[in-house]
Amino acid sequence: MARSLLLPTMAVSVSDITRYLRQLMESDEVLQDVWVEGEVSNLARPVSGHIYFSIKDASASLKCVIWKSNALRIKVPLQNGMAVEAHGYISVYEPAGQYQLYVDTLRPAGEGYLYQEFVRLKARLEEEGLFSPERKRPIPARPQRIGIVTSATGAALQDMLNTLGRRYPLAEVVLAPAAVQGTEAPTELVAALQALNRLEGVDVILIGRGGGSLEDLWAFNDERVVRAVAASRVPVIAGVGHETDFTLTDFAADLRAPTPTGAAVQATPDIADLKLELLAAQNRLASALEDRLSYERSVLDGLMHRLQGVSPLRSILNDRQRLDDLWLRLERGLGHGLSLRRARLTGAEERLRSLNPLAVLERGYAVVRQANGVVVTRVGQVAAGQDLTVRVSDGEFDTRVNGAQKNE
Amino acid sequence: MSDEPKPVDSLTYEQAVAEMETIIQQMEGSQLDLESSLALFERGQALAARCSSLLAQAELKVRQLTGQEIAGLQEEER
Repeated sequence: MARSLLLPTMAVSVSDITRYLRQLMESDEVLQDVWVEGEVSNLARPVSGHIYFSIKDASASLKCVIWKSNALRIKVPLQNGMAVEAHGYISVYEPAGQYQLYVDTLRPAGEGYLYQEFVRLKARLEEEGLFSPERKRPIPARPQRIGIVTSATGAALQDMLNTLGRRYPLAEVVLAPAAVQGTEAPTELVAALQALNRLEGVDVILIGRGGGSLEDLWAFNDERVVRAVAASRVPVIAGVGHETDFTLTDFAADLRAPTPTGAAVQATPDIADLKLELLAAQNRLASALEDRLSYERSVLDGLMHRLQGVSPLRSILNDRQRLDDLWLRLERGLGHGLSLRRARLTGAEERLRSLNPLAVLERGYAVVRQANGVVVTRVGQVAAGQDLTVRVSDGEFDTRVNGAQKNE
Repeated sequence: MSDEPKPVDSLTYEQAVAEMETIIQQMEGSQLDLESSLALFERGQALAARCSSLLAQAELKVRQLTGQEIAGLQEEER
């Protein structure tokens, strides 16, 4: 302080020193991430939704604040006198010059121990490979039989049944009821899991319960339950508590869902999607047939075309034409032949007429016949006194031979 | 796949959907004669109708195991 003798030190403002203190605290690692244990007192819940209180022990007290956003998440029902463990960071509320714990997580005292146990067991089972991804089995897309392990009276069961009934009413549910909290819960959960595994045809098992305190959910961190889940022959979907709750059952399950309802969703397809799929399948079926038919039609068209090329109809038509042709030619040929013949006939008639003996008779010749009709051409055929018939052009007359002499 | 087709009404939704998928693939493969294709189409339509009616009529069935079943005292059923 030698300097102060020469020149008085400048005073800093309250704001500056307070800000300095705040920065000091906020740069301290211990103060920024700390669990503090104590008893709740001076609890105040103004309408703002923020929560103000102190935690104290026999010799000290610490102001605490929980902002509304965190207050909504914290499920512990705070009361004065309650022993709690609060987590958060310590800083200064400058207007009041007051340091306080800004709480983000809070749990009943004693859960710290549970948590330690949780972490230890998790590490051990993890090392054993109980949670390894290779162990995870696929969840069947369309389970026919769904096993449920939960309390028969809990809201979780109703949530799951409602969801399953709405999304996938084709399924059959087999409920294996079990206590989900309390000392009996682990053995009952294990027995229920094993019973469902003994049944034939269970495609998937949903195990879960509604939200609660860490202690309420503790059965799902029990080593026996976790091992039974891991050993299940049937794939298991876990939906324990709320989205922020993680249990060892979640890690051991083949699939973790945030809630029981979420587990039911993850186990099933949605009926609306199924209807769309069905429609798509029907369309594919119809267009497969349509494609096939139009292919056949085009093949048939091709065949028809080729068939027409080789059709006997064409040669029949050809033949008919040839026949007509022949017929015409025949008719023509025939006509020609006829007139030829007719001409020939006329000529013949002329000639015949010129040869007609009657024509000769016209010219003065006569035909002489014996009584027996034989034509007389030689003198030797007749004798005197013989009756003969003489034919001239317009008739006959009878005559008698007087004598006959032969030309020398 | 069974050789002789089961009556459509005896099939579960899953079985019907699976068979329909097979049929569509066979038809799209187009290695069949036309008559078989038509027969497959008819079968596919019947399967689709089966699926539709199953979806329309479905109601979630719930059965609760008895204490004995859970304790495993009873012999395994089915």
